[in-house]
Amino acid sequence: MIPRIYIPADSGALALGGEKVARAIEKELKERGVEAKIVRNGSRGAYFLEPMVEVATDKGRVAYGPVKPSDVKSLFDSGFLTGGHHKRWLGAPDKIPFFAKQTRLTFARCGINDPLSLDAYKSLGGLSGLQNAVAMAPADVVSQVTESGLRGRGGAGFPTGIKWKTVLDTAGDQKYIVCNADEGDSATFADRMIMEGDPFVLIEGMAIAGIATGATKGFVYIRSEYPHAVATMNKAVAIARKAGVLGLNVLGSPNAFDMEIRVGAGAYVCGEETSLLNSLEGKRGVVRAKPPLPAIQGLFGKPTVINNVISLASVPVIMDKGAAYYKDFGMGRSRGTIPIQIAGNVKHGGLFETAFGLTLGEIVDEIGGGTASGRPVKAVQVGGPLGAYFPRALFDTPFDYEEFAKRDGLIGHAGITVFDDTADMLKQARFAMEFCAIESCGKCTPCRIGSTRGVEVLDKVAAGIEAEKNLALVTDLCNTMKFGSLCALGGFTPYPVMSSITHFPEDFKPAPARVAAE
Amino acid sequence: MTMQAASTEIASRTAAIIDEMKGLEGPLLPILHSIQDEFGYVPKDALPVIADGLNLSRAEVHGVVSFYHDFRAKPAGRHVLKLCQAEACQSMGSDAVAAKVKQLLGIDFHETTRDGSVTLEPVYCLGLCACSPSAMLDGEVIGRLDDEKIGEIVAEVRS
Repeated sequence: MIPRIYIPADSGALALGGEKVARAIEKELKERGVEAKIVRNGSRGAYFLEPMVEVATDKGRVAYGPVKPSDVKSLFDSGFLTGGHHKRWLGAPDKIPFFAKQTRLTFARCGINDPLSLDAYKSLGGLSGLQNAVAMAPADVVSQVTESGLRGRGGAGFPTGIKWKTVLDTAGDQKYIVCNADEGDSATFADRMIMEGDPFVLIEGMAIAGIATGATKGFVYIRSEYPHAVATMNKAVAIARKAGVLGLNVLGSPNAFDMEIRVGAGAYVCGEETSLLNSLEGKRGVVRAKPPLPAIQGLFGKPTVINNVISLASVPVIMDKGAAYYKDFGMGRSRGTIPIQIAGNVKHGGLFETAFGLTLGEIVDEIGGGTASGRPVKAVQVGGPLGAYFPRALFDTPFDYEEFAKRDGLIGHAGITVFDDTADMLKQARFAMEFCAIESCGKCTPCRIGSTRGVEVLDKVAAGIEAEKNLALVTDLCNTMKFGSLCALGGFTPYPVMSSITHFPEDFKPAPARVAAE
Repeated sequence: MTMQAASTEIASRTAAIIDEMKGLEGPLLPILHSIQDEFGYVPKDALPVIADGLNLSRAEVHGVVSFYHDFRAKPAGRHVLKLCQAEACQSMGSDAVAAKVKQLLGIDFHETTRDGSVTLEPVYCLGLCACSPSAMLDGEVIGRLDDEKIGEIVAEVRS
């Protein structure tokens, strides 16, 4: 058997030197005259171990990481092609604690094989969900998804099955499936990992959505900041088309479904579903008023399912193993699993898929291992730039849509950014307003003007100018933005701002006191 | 592509791109991306050609081009360096990284060095949030920026 070496080509692994490691291994193989097959897989998501190189041995996979190019010679000397011991030795990947504690449903295959090998995809259960779906009546597919309890993983948490049912029940000569892959929230990279590491699961999920609702055309709208994901998805779509997974007869059935990859152009607001639809149509990415719902009048005015990458990528496992299997995981009204992305100043950063219900403290302290800097955790922002900052006092909050809402927060796309005690929460609050001002589409006044005024007023607080009066003004402004904005950009910017003011009042004290304290 | 093409040439190359892509559903963004790939920016002279080709007003086309951060009105430097300034990178000191890079290159965000070697831009998230602070140099991703990596980047863009 020729040894197989797996070297991730996921952006995160590349950013940490994956390409240099691959070149060093190729060179070493050549110099030693050893024959081996190099497979470029995706990432399993433990970025503190990337680049994580794996070798297939008689006893299964053995992982090494984080591998530096300078480690390569000694890896060969230690006999790593047969799983030999080395300072970077990690053992069987699924026994590494970070992975052993996870429940991988959506990410079951991500990072294991060559993402563009359809055979590898099928060998790990791929396409069985779609196979089941083509043999069912559309309404039955929709009810499976409804029964699974799957809710929109983009952030809003709207039940996916109900969205699909609306599209199924709406008559239309053309219907669309749109995948929102405009993953702009800081701390999130789950969509990117799926698109780079297991693209066929997204294609399969979209094809199932098409069959369930009568849509024959799909679009994946990927942000331009993800060139690797764009390239992988384009290749995967071409392969799926050639293999008959997409086309006039999906898996040989009478159902037609095809899709196209589209690239965004650097506008954060296009992650909002209606502005994404405008952008796909070739317009300014301005938010639309709802109603009409996109399910009734969406892309080009036609009935449209618009779902996040992770929502769609979770459908194949539901259709494969059944609604009850998926629903069995989780708590309360948050069913199934959620890929939590642990990011920022954290020791063990990466993607951790688990059933809903872990507490924030377990995620940050136990799984994340505390800060990378070694200093105490001061705050964690959950849900991206529009999510609230939580202090340690709220670390008992379970990871669940409703539990976070009860504490004036949101789980959003499940990204968590950890900050150590050097963070200045006034600065973070100001940034939230500044970011909203940069990215506002400009359609509604509370967001367009409010964000700029918010920056100015917070600057006055920082300068110690009538701090109390100006903080009252910010609170009032946040209230206006929250209830008066058309979409979540203006409507949720108050979350990071108000949570900073509420939980970290000491950072908003007048300037003389702040200066004296420093 | 730093040389600005003559307006007639811009018009004919733009027309060719439109011809190729106008059959797409919602063709304007893919066309604008192709134009920027072709010229390195979206030339003003291309806008009336797009408007004609897609039966839009010039104002509509201008509105779309100016809405998106990606489309440039003039050519960028030979290299484009984007530094992530979003929260996850902030938590790992992206402010200090930006300050250092600006000082070494002698330019601020949205500026190009006088010799045209590099354009510096902020970016709000590259999806490398567990590898912060991060950057993108000419489409290639770089994580866990430190003084050594910053030095390598600056040396590369200057060479």
